Amino acid sequence: MTDTTNKTPAEVLAPDVVTPEVVPPQAPTQDKPASLWSDAWKELRRKPGFIISALLVILMVVMAAFPTLFTSVDPRDCSLIDALQTPSAEHRFGTDLQGCDYYARTIWGARASVSIGLIVTFFSTIIAVALGSLSGYKGGWLDSTLSRFTDIMFAIPLILGALVILNALAGSRGVLQVSAVLIAFGWPTMMRLMRSSVLSVKELDFIDAARALGASDWRIITRHVLANGITPVVVYATITVGVIISAEASLSFLNVGLQLPAISWGLMINTAQNRILAFPHLLFFPGLFLSMTVFAFILMGDALRDALDPKLR
Amino acid sequence: MTSYIIRRVGQFVLVFFAATFLIFSMVFAIPGDPIRAIAGEKPMPDSLRQTLVQRYHLDEPYMVQYYYYVTGVIQGDLGESFNQRPVLDIIKERFPRTLRLAIYAFIIEMVIGVTAGVWAGIRKDKFLDSLVKVSTVAVISIPIFVLGFMAQLFIGVRLGWLPVTAGNPPSLYGYLLPAIVLAAVSLAYVARLTRSSVVENLRSDYVRTAKAKGLSQRRVIGVHTFRNSLIPVITFLAIDLGALMGGAIITETIFNVPGIGQALYQSVIAQEGAVVVGIVTLLVIIYAVANLVVDVMYAVLDPRIRYD
Repeated sequence: MTDTTNKTPAEVLAPDVVTPEVVPPQAPTQDKPASLWSDAWKELRRKPGFIISALLVILMVVMAAFPTLFTSVDPRDCSLIDALQTPSAEHRFGTDLQGCDYYARTIWGARASVSIGLIVTFFSTIIAVALGSLSGYKGGWLDSTLSRFTDIMFAIPLILGALVILNALAGSRGVLQVSAVLIAFGWPTMMRLMRSSVLSVKELDFIDAARALGASDWRIITRHVLANGITPVVVYATITVGVIISAEASLSFLNVGLQLPAISWGLMINTAQNRILAFPHLLFFPGLFLSMTVFAFILMGDALRDALDPKLR
Repeated sequence: MTSYIIRRVGQFVLVFFAATFLIFSMVFAIPGDPIRAIAGEKPMPDSLRQTLVQRYHLDEPYMVQYYYYVTGVIQGDLGESFNQRPVLDIIKERFPRTLRLAIYAFIIEMVIGVTAGVWAGIRKDKFLDSLVKVSTVAVISIPIFVLGFMAQLFIGVRLGWLPVTAGNPPSLYGYLLPAIVLAAVSLAYVARLTRSSVVENLRSDYVRTAKAKGLSQRRVIGVHTFRNSLIPVITFLAIDLGALMGGAIITETIFNVPGIGQALYQSVIAQEGAVVVGIVTLLVIIYAVANLVVDVMYAVLDPRIRYD
């Protein structure tokens, strides 16, 4: 382990997560065996931070999946005559430059952000867990190759790498393209995390025991190594959803993310940027929803870390 | 130690070539006719086209093109903009401003972030600690462009405390608001990192020993805890320089700071691939060097870490 001393910002959010080996493998003397996760769940249910973040996450996911539950107005049904109205009874969040109802657009904007956040995190985590556990468990040349490859991808900061590729993809940037690019640059940190976690788990006695019992590598990795080593990655992945949503909005704001006529919070602020000083509502509502969504995922990762970290018990 | 440094430098060389190759491939492997991009709407005579093809080595194989590109980068040639201004010139003109902005942001996050972190750390689980914890999550959650516009709107326009744009050439006063915005997110990370580092060190044996020797609280915290807690923070700050460069793209655009980030944004808008690649290559190299320096520094600062 020579090259994991560096911390990316998101790692700082989850500083204490890499100690799965401290978890007692067997539950202490209780009637029912309490797993790490059920213990954590018991604690989480009582944490206000977790409850707030969980409610917010659910709200945003429902908003992304079923926007019509929140608004019956078509976000693309605009009339120029209504352009740039401040919030009123008819248009709760006002209207934008095209005269579209800003409330409807803000609600519909959740879909792009939340789906990109979830898609990117899901696939990056799969890549990271697969490569990280393979690398950490097998060691040798496979580990060296995979780790050097990760170093290379890690050397290109997310926003800069995405900026270069997406800039070249001008004209065809939809949710899929933006997600693919963010996945390409999003997995390295989690891969390192997974690898170091696997390295610490695989030295433990129960892995030797499983091997002595004749378990195959596949069974050892899936049943023992992953089950005990995935905790830090789960915490980090939760935070990553927020980080990715923020990155998507920033890219859209920089004109290299989603393109009109897509509806996204970053894009809404981008279109409004020259009128923000005169019409602050154009910034306020999408900015508020965006920040709240990111906040929910980061707070949830924070609460998960506190609950899953046995050192804090 | 020496062997560690040698190995780490070797890794850096590998990362440098691979990362530049990736950036090169990402941009130039994508189908399209770069000569058409230069010509724009106007028809181009065949002779000029031939000259340009030869000049940019477009008729050579892919790897040869990469060879020309990477030798250029090593010699400081990062390509040209459409109006044939060397990208290096653009960088020379604009980089010092970004550097100044980053340094101001750096000072702000060091002073405020470390103070808040130490403060929260020695009062673990008290009100102030919770306040720092919640407010840092809140600040981290607000994307930097939203934060920038908010600062512009409230501090710049409504309250009128600081100028909304930096001006050209920017004054120290003009840099202040963009520097605060740029610092905000990293500041929150620094505060959190310092806090957890202080909390961890306060539990350590050498702090207990120092207390047992009867040293004053001030000395225990100020010398024993504080200095050791700074190790991870220093390494984070060095890497953060890379993040600040990235954040500068957005901050400089919003506050109209004529720095490297704004140049990058403008060339994205103008679809100037060569300038985008030139600037991104430079930023990636800076980031890689910062990483290298940090790793080596870490090994020097913290003798507990063994590298072999």
